[in-house]
Amino acid sequence: MLPLRSRILLAAAAILMAGMFVFPIWSVALSAPQYPEGLAMDIRINTITGRTPNDLGNINNLNHYIGMKRIEPDTIRELRLMPYVVAALAGLALLAAATGRRSLAWVFAGCLAVFAVAGLADFWWWTWDYGHNLDVENAIIRVPGMSYQPPLIGTKQLLNFTATSWPAAGGLFAFAAAGLTGLAIWFARTDALRQRHAAAAVAAVTGAERVA
Amino acid sequence: MTSSRRTRWHACALAGLLVAAAACGPARPNTSMAGASDAANRVYVAPGAKDEFYAFMSGGFSGQVSVYGLPSGRLLKVIPVFAQNPENGYGYNVETKALLNSSFGNIPWDDTHHPSLSQTDGAHDGRWLFINANNTPRFARIDLATFETVETIEVPNTGGNHGAPFVTENSEYLIGATRFSVPIPQADVAISDRASKFKGTISFVKANEAGKMDIAFQLLVPGIDYDLGRPGKGPSHGWAFFTSYNTEQAFTKLEVNASKNDYDYIAAVNWKALEACAAGGKARSWPARYAHNVMSHTTHQATTEFKTAVNVIDPKDCAGSIYYLPTPKSPHGVDIDPTGEYIVGGGKLATVIPVHSFSKMMKAIEEKAFEKDVEGIPVLAYAKVMAGEVQNPGLGPLHNEFDDKGCAYTSVFISSEIVKWCFSDFKVVDRVPTYYSIGHLMVPGGDTKKPYGKYVVAMNKITKDRYLGTGPELTQAGQLYDISGAKMKLLLDFPLIGEPHYAQAIDANLLKDKETKFFTLADNAHPWATKREQDAGISRQGKTVHVKMTAIRSHFAPDNIEGVQVGDTVLFHVTNLEQDWDVPHGFAAMGNWSDAELLVMPGQTRTLTWIPKYPGVYPFYCTDFCSALHQEMMGYVRVSPAGRAVALQANVPRPAAAPPAAGKR
Repeated sequence: MLPLRSRILLAAAAILMAGMFVFPIWSVALSAPQYPEGLAMDIRINTITGRTPNDLGNINNLNHYIGMKRIEPDTIRELRLMPYVVAALAGLALLAAATGRRSLAWVFAGCLAVFAVAGLADFWWWTWDYGHNLDVENAIIRVPGMSYQPPLIGTKQLLNFTATSWPAAGGLFAFAAAGLTGLAIWFARTDALRQRHAAAAVAAVTGAERVA
Repeated sequence: MTSSRRTRWHACALAGLLVAAAACGPARPNTSMAGASDAANRVYVAPGAKDEFYAFMSGGFSGQVSVYGLPSGRLLKVIPVFAQNPENGYGYNVETKALLNSSFGNIPWDDTHHPSLSQTDGAHDGRWLFINANNTPRFARIDLATFETVETIEVPNTGGNHGAPFVTENSEYLIGATRFSVPIPQADVAISDRASKFKGTISFVKANEAGKMDIAFQLLVPGIDYDLGRPGKGPSHGWAFFTSYNTEQAFTKLEVNASKNDYDYIAAVNWKALEACAAGGKARSWPARYAHNVMSHTTHQATTEFKTAVNVIDPKDCAGSIYYLPTPKSPHGVDIDPTGEYIVGGGKLATVIPVHSFSKMMKAIEEKAFEKDVEGIPVLAYAKVMAGEVQNPGLGPLHNEFDDKGCAYTSVFISSEIVKWCFSDFKVVDRVPTYYSIGHLMVPGGDTKKPYGKYVVAMNKITKDRYLGTGPELTQAGQLYDISGAKMKLLLDFPLIGEPHYAQAIDANLLKDKETKFFTLADNAHPWATKREQDAGISRQGKTVHVKMTAIRSHFAPDNIEGVQVGDTVLFHVTNLEQDWDVPHGFAAMGNWSDAELLVMPGQTRTLTWIPKYPGVYPFYCTDFCSALHQEMMGYVRVSPAGRAVALQANVPRPAAAPPAAGKR
């Protein structure tokens, strides 16, 4: 059985994960001398949107100069899957919290870890693909050896644009959920150990008495 | 003021020369640099910083409105209104041409005088700017989100639409008056019959709904010359006041013959009474023909409706609708102070500035203190309506604007100065020279209930030696003065466009966050709009060829056109697909002899009419530098001899195949 505080933490993790449906998970911002107001796109659980309604179109329009593919959210399968995956994970966390079954907590923690690593790897792979697989034949601007992969996290100069990539609110919620899950597992383990020690102590005392 | 200056303009007065001779100008300016660095600091808007005020200057004979930043005096934009503007195709292209329609046809030029910002409760609300056309009487509405002319309306039964289009305190009406009386309705009469046959009108134009300007009613008035006007405010709200000159009703050599009477009139018009009379069936519907033109921001096209009747009210049928206040002598401006109590005349040939009191006027009306009547219009006794006369105002006082501290600033043309005086004692407290021959002047918010009272801008008719010379035609210019202290202080000279008759300025905060940055492509309802490249194309209707074209950095679709013949008229309907700020595309085709270029804003559609004269292959190109590949933004149109059957074709890109969903790896 999970201790109460672990169950509360798991429920909180589930609620935080629900926040990923409301807030963007990651955002990539571009700024250049002639874009003082900046351009930005937000990666959401099921789509990619511009910070303002026209940002994505304007980013695509700029990307045609370097032969980059248009970013078409509808063609990215992962974005169609992600809502179900996150919902399932959150459900699993809730189930673990509700039933208090230790095995469910472990399964959830494992799935969450796999999801986080796979998600980041996949995002990196997409950015690599967009940045490297260019239509060189029709690219208007060709800089030998230049690729245009935005950073996974942090800042990078791409020609006249400074690209900055950071987790957005939804992404921070996901990390926080992972942290709470870790804490829940930790408490579950320490509480179990403590119980075992206590039982052992009791056994030692009672055993001694019996011996006496 | 120095005694030498006083002597100088007294000498001018004695000379009686009503010309802006340099000899009668102010003393040569002291060109020492004392205080220059302070003035420079006051007007310096550092790179990247923004001005405090938008100033809208009339272009006068340029027919336009120019927008300046204050205090820097930097030109921000010229808004085309009543004149064609080849720079952006206004008045040439199919979409905007209709804004220049009138009962006289499509008019390429007019003369704009008085910008007037819309008001709510007597203060600027930042919705619209109105301006008049003086020559062929019209009014225009400029939208202050787009800084574009969106509506024009012709005013029938009027000659010289000068006392216009000042707005009432909630923008209910724009007022207008006949500066040059004419036969009303127009008729073929001898000019020498002026006194008996000519009339004037005072017009009230409904203005508080965009796209719905309408001549609410016109008051038929005796045929003298009504010069300028201002609506009342506060207690005098519901009234409008108009100066008049030529009560002599001269019709030749007016400069002498219209300057004989010691008193002309300020007409006080009770428009609330006129409203009631119109509602009570006292107005007569006269046949008339006048154009009302409206630009739609959804179809991006202006359309014209000709109206065929107008409501005219005879003062005889509407008692109490108009009174005359005697005012010395050929008054030019009439201005109402922020409290709405004082009616200040600018007696351009008078030796005083006459100030009437609205409350005294109402009392005089109540007591029937009439001197006489003119064609049935009561003339109130001068002594009964006077609040005071400002002595020693200089020579040729014209216009007044007000600050927020109970003082007035009067422009004085012949002695070329601004005179400051206050309502507390009607005494001149300060005067400052202008270079040269000031006409109008403007305090930001100076005609409202809430003047900002920080600057006054002089608009001068003569600049002579103030700038590097440019041949016979010199710029007319503005001068910016600080009025925040006890003494007016000259800060800046800056050239203006055309002839700046009048200007109004608004706090930049009221406009800067509501600008339209581009038009939403999805909302573009232009019948020939092309919203995606694959929808571009070409079609023929008899001798007219329509090309639906898109522009986006940095190519046109289509960019190769064939099948056009000599004798065809080609209409290039160009839609700018950009959805970002500051990315207009231009369009021009070689030999576009009937049109100027197009300048198409993002999300907008504009149409160039191109009538080829000779067979050949002609380039068209983007005229507004749009990206690093701007030079490449061009195309060709092939013109075949008349009757030669070349297939009509335009290379339109096929829609890009959607990338396979799983094709990324």
